[in-house]
Amino acid sequence: MSLLSIRDLHATVGGNEILKGINLEIGPGEIHAVMGPNGSGKSTLSYVLAGREGYEVTRGTIAFKGKDLIDLAADERANEGVFLAFQYPVEVPGVVGMTFLREAYNAKLRYLGKQEIDAMEFLKFVRSRAKTLNMSDDMLKRAVNVGFSGGEKKRNEILQMAVLEPDLAILDETDSGLDIDALKLVSDGVNELRSENRSMLIITHYQRLLNYIQPDHVHVLAHGKIQRSGGKELALELEAKGYAEFSEEAA
Amino acid sequence: MSISEETVDQVKKLEADKYKYGFVTDIEMETAPKGLNEDIIRFISEKKEEPQWMLEWRLKAYKHWLTMEEPNWAKVGYKKIDYQDLYYYAAPKSMDRPKSLDEVDPELLKTYEKLGIPLKEQELLSGVVAVDAVFDSVSVATTYKAKLTEMGVIFCSISEAVREYPELVKKYLGSVVPHSDNYFSALNCAVFTDGSFVYVPKGLRCPMELSTYFRINAENTGQFERTMIIADEGSYVSYLEGCTAPQRDENQLHAAVVELVALTNAEIKYSTVQNWYPGDETGAGGIYNFVTKRGACRGDNSKISWTQVETGSAVTWKYPSCILQGDNSIGEFYSVAITNNAQQADTGTKMIHLGKNTKSTIISKGISAGRADNTYRGLVKIMPKAEGARNFTQCDSLLIGNTCGAHTVPYIETRNPTARVEHEATTSKISEDQMFYCQQRGLSPEEAVSLIVNGFCKEVMKELPMEFAVEAQKLIGISLEGSVG
Ligand SMILES: Nc1ncnc2c1ncn2[C@@H]1O[C@H](COP(=O)(O)OP(=O)(O)OP(=O)(O)O)[C@@H](O)[C@H]1O
Ligand SMILES: [Mg+2]
Repeated sequence: MSLLSIRDLHATVGGNEILKGINLEIGPGEIHAVMGPNGSGKSTLSYVLAGREGYEVTRGTIAFKGKDLIDLAADERANEGVFLAFQYPVEVPGVVGMTFLREAYNAKLRYLGKQEIDAMEFLKFVRSRAKTLNMSDDMLKRAVNVGFSGGEKKRNEILQMAVLEPDLAILDETDSGLDIDALKLVSDGVNELRSENRSMLIITHYQRLLNYIQPDHVHVLAHGKIQRSGGKELALELEAKGYAEFSEEAA
Repeated sequence: MSISEETVDQVKKLEADKYKYGFVTDIEMETAPKGLNEDIIRFISEKKEEPQWMLEWRLKAYKHWLTMEEPNWAKVGYKKIDYQDLYYYAAPKSMDRPKSLDEVDPELLKTYEKLGIPLKEQELLSGVVAVDAVFDSVSVATTYKAKLTEMGVIFCSISEAVREYPELVKKYLGSVVPHSDNYFSALNCAVFTDGSFVYVPKGLRCPMELSTYFRINAENTGQFERTMIIADEGSYVSYLEGCTAPQRDENQLHAAVVELVALTNAEIKYSTVQNWYPGDETGAGGIYNFVTKRGACRGDNSKISWTQVETGSAVTWKYPSCILQGDNSIGEFYSVAITNNAQQADTGTKMIHLGKNTKSTIISKGISAGRADNTYRGLVKIMPKAEGARNFTQCDSLLIGNTCGAHTVPYIETRNPTARVEHEATTSKISEDQMFYCQQRGLSPEEAVSLIVNGFCKEVMKELPMEFAVEAQKLIGISLEGSVG
């Protein structure tokens, strides 16, 4: 059975229909890459999946672990195991990174009816995760994303993912803004989290990322629909040819 | 338990009755007849067994008050107060000055237990906090008295201080806030009923936090407490003040005066968590909190630091201030003021620089939600002799929703060219981005708001003593309940 099953999904933002009939099945442990021109609706798809307000589903269904996601609030979806690494991570002034992580982690434990984690134990756990991503303790003591460089913000997103251990991770352009070394670090971090029951939806513009994180499937999103799907060779083809074949006229 | 979870838990518990301190203690009260005149003042003075000079002091203030007009410059609106329709004295009948805790009415002890304030000394946090509890017009009990006395610290009700330490009281009473200062302080001078008195002797760092808990219980009763803290040369004291009141449909008046005196090399840290009943969502009921708080840094190198978390009251009018007389003296003001629903707060500080190289810091965080109005009003005044004086002011406002207001009114007066005064102000909103980001990480909307607001207030919260900080964090969540969605 699929972990995530999207059927004929239509969604509007600010009265405009952006998603116009998306169909996508993601099985457990699979990595799917979504590519597509600017403004084609990739981030919109990620927000719709995460339950952001203002992103209205007008038709279709989203099933996650057999549950209907559409009726759940954003925080419930998160606690069910949907994680979104933001294209533009948000600053939360005054809230220390470690506190933010602990609040999030405990929110999930509570949702699952479990005991909250001991503060010391949690600290150790986060430190071990941060080490893989080459993030210093100092960064965890700073306010969430405040004054972080573009690349640091992206790494911080992956740290949050590593700590929250979601079943489905949606990475929205996590690779953009990363230098070559950071790209390697982040990819290693992501690969380490690959497991047979954790699936990923990776939104990217660059074939390069997919050299590091090998996808099982690649999809092209344009004009609110998945226009083509294939294996990782599709990414190479797009790199060579661009999106001309999916232009308005062609479609 | 984590802060935000506790907050949510608390909020859930409050669902039936949102203000959990809103209960009334059923106890027989002795009150003075309603209204205000010289006889009432004589009655109060007599009840307190005061010496003649004290009565005369009160009457002088009263006569002055009669000549004054209620101020209307603050950005608050409220129903006109009928000063003849209030009780000025209310005391539980069963307890005309208890000698020890064993004599305190069990009903009263239960009240404090409900409020989370144990008056049994052995139950207090292994001696870190000493408590004076004021119930309507009288001080119920002061814990740890013996231990403090041994060290030379005087910590008692002000009524007791008037009787037992008249020289100290005479010397300092009204020396920081004179009776002619303002309308409400004049009224307080005339009718003040109780409050705490603290004297810390030379060179002593008071090893425990001193704390007063104010509770308004009786109906139609004004609370006019008066607190005095004197830190003698080279001493240090940290004082905490907490407040609650029952939930009533009528407004209740609270007009307190607090005077602090720090002598050479002395330091006073004064922290308040004010959680008076704020009224309901429609704006009915709640406390009018009109308070005059002022500290004098009399000696060189002295320091006074005010930290306040204001979440309650229907209307707040309050400007804890510092008079920096001694050279190199330091004044600090850290404030969080939260207004929700129909609450109004006009609060801020005054820093008056008189001595050389005096320094002041003002950090104010105003949060408004619902239809509430929140105003920061501050004065920084540098006098001609204050060579090298410095001030730094930062005022940040946070708005939740589209129907509330935030206002910043800074006055700066510099009469010495060497002074350096800096002022920064920001106004922001909790963005939809921040809310979604937190929710995407699993926090409910209430938890998200509580976390974001606590982050916004961080610079102030870290100034609070530990025991208070946790309570204050919870209060922030509770008082913003219903502000999202
Ligand atoms: N609030 C809004 N109101 C109206 N249109 C919107 C709104 N938000 C997004 N859109 C539009 O939806 C379309 C899809 O945007 P989206 O951010 O999903 O694109 P994307 O594929 O992620 O692009 P990029 O590669 O540049 O990140 C765009 O044309 C955008 O202008
Ligand atoms: Mg995008």
